[in-house]
Amino acid sequence: MSELEVNKKYNVQVSTETIDGEIATLNLGPTHPATHGIFQNVLKVDGERILHAEQTVGYIHRAFEKLAERRPYNQITPITDRLNYCSSPINNMGWHMTVEKLIGAEMPKRVDYMRVIVMELSRIADHLVCNSVIGVDTGALTGFTYMFQEREKIYDIFEEICGARLTTNVGRIGGFDRDFSPEFFSKLNTFLKEFPKNFDEFGSLLERNRIFMDRTIGAGPISAERALNYSFAGPNLRAAGVDYDVRVMKPYSSYQDFDFNIPVGTEGDTYDRFMVRQQEIRESLKIIHQALDNMPSGDYHADIPSFYLPPKEEVYRSMEALIYHFKIVMGETPIPFGEVYHSVEGGNGELGYYLVSDGGRNPYRLHFRRPCFIYYQAYPEMIKGSLLSDAILTMSSMNVIAGELDA
Amino acid sequence: MSTSSFLDKTIDGLNSKGFILEYILDSYNEHNIVIDANNALEVVKYLNSELGYNFLVDLTGSHYPDKENQEYQVVFHIQNLVENTRLRFKSNLSKDQMEFPSLTPVFSASNWMERETFDFFGIQFTGHPDLRRILNVDDMDYHPMRKEYALEDETRRDKNDTFFGR
Repeated sequence: MSELEVNKKYNVQVSTETIDGEIATLNLGPTHPATHGIFQNVLKVDGERILHAEQTVGYIHRAFEKLAERRPYNQITPITDRLNYCSSPINNMGWHMTVEKLIGAEMPKRVDYMRVIVMELSRIADHLVCNSVIGVDTGALTGFTYMFQEREKIYDIFEEICGARLTTNVGRIGGFDRDFSPEFFSKLNTFLKEFPKNFDEFGSLLERNRIFMDRTIGAGPISAERALNYSFAGPNLRAAGVDYDVRVMKPYSSYQDFDFNIPVGTEGDTYDRFMVRQQEIRESLKIIHQALDNMPSGDYHADIPSFYLPPKEEVYRSMEALIYHFKIVMGETPIPFGEVYHSVEGGNGELGYYLVSDGGRNPYRLHFRRPCFIYYQAYPEMIKGSLLSDAILTMSSMNVIAGELDA
Repeated sequence: MSTSSFLDKTIDGLNSKGFILEYILDSYNEHNIVIDANNALEVVKYLNSELGYNFLVDLTGSHYPDKENQEYQVVFHIQNLVENTRLRFKSNLSKDQMEFPSLTPVFSASNWMERETFDFFGIQFTGHPDLRRILNVDDMDYHPMRKEYALEDETRRDKNDTFFGR
């Protein structure tokens, strides 16, 4: 194919001096050290300039939607862990809230606040991974090592709540399995005291760093119109300048009680995505402080005995508790007919659950709206005409998580 | 304009065009609108250009083998970000004519969502630029989310679900 034909076919404007007319096909992935997950992109490149890209997805497809049709509601929580595994607690809470919406359960305020703390902590962990990896891909490894230490501390806090670190399976339908322990509060307070200093140090390494800015400004941009048309959500949409945040637009779990800002960018490029996430970490810290200060007293679970497991010692002593325990474990509790859509603001944007119930022990149909899956399709458009190294950077700044992409 | 009056305006507008087959405001305060599959693209174009519904939240399918001539359903959620209103549209498809117009002319985002729905349910999206399987392997010859495909091997005899499976 001649140079002109190629340019016409892929609708690319490249200055003619840089072209020697040779088009190569390059397989980026499926396993490539720079893509942080299993992604394959078949690129058509002219030298280092990308003319065309096509993604292949589905390498780690695990049929979660089909699996969910054979599982009682309680047993679906571990599946949601494995969607966006950088922020599992948000997925867990989103699923619990979907079922609570279906059965019409009201949560005590304390549960809402506890959930807010856990969700904001995992948002911080999620954004830390993304931002420090942007640093790695631009060649700044130092920030990454320090920020992963902080992420480790967040995982220690999760361990204090539920015993697990990465795939947390935290909480229950109807609240939490236990109250926050004193160790949790002491660990959280230490984290809140130390983290801002270390995080600002990380910020000062990159945020106004001339080399970093030259490298990321203008890399992989997308306009607000195109981002909306592609149904972007979360930090990627906000970096393009649209202030859509589920926490504000459709408040869940008492988010309306908290005072926080929604950072937005203007250009939708890698630098804006980085900066939006940086600011969101600071806003999340604000929310956690408010939730801790105003933590209401009360129960750590709702009073819905037919869905919430009774305490173990009760099961051995009282008949009712034993019956409820049996019914919940065997999935024999009556679930209303109906269909609900509930969404939460995940690490990457609107994470939605579309649940259809026919009154049986399993969902009749469960669909996950995975933000990654939806915005990753814009990737070829964003990297067209840019350099190969910018394409890597664009992907890491979009924070595409393989588990969420392939479900 | 308040959210509820904007919703009324939307429903009135859709009604005046004759798009609504059935409208249900359910107990979860979600707006369900059943439309004819042949009108779907016009409905979305009208909502997008006249009423500012600019965000396609989600598009997926369902399979109801017991509903005669309505075995399949395409469900999509669409949202107006300015007025903060969200609608759920459904259209029923018969298993003999599983065609639904592609929404890609209006929303680029529906490209992969439609490919996913095709992959798992076999619903044909007419006018889709590249309707191929997406998450499953290309040479798979069935659509696995249909209800006739049980998750577990039905020939297994070592499990008895008589008492616990409903």
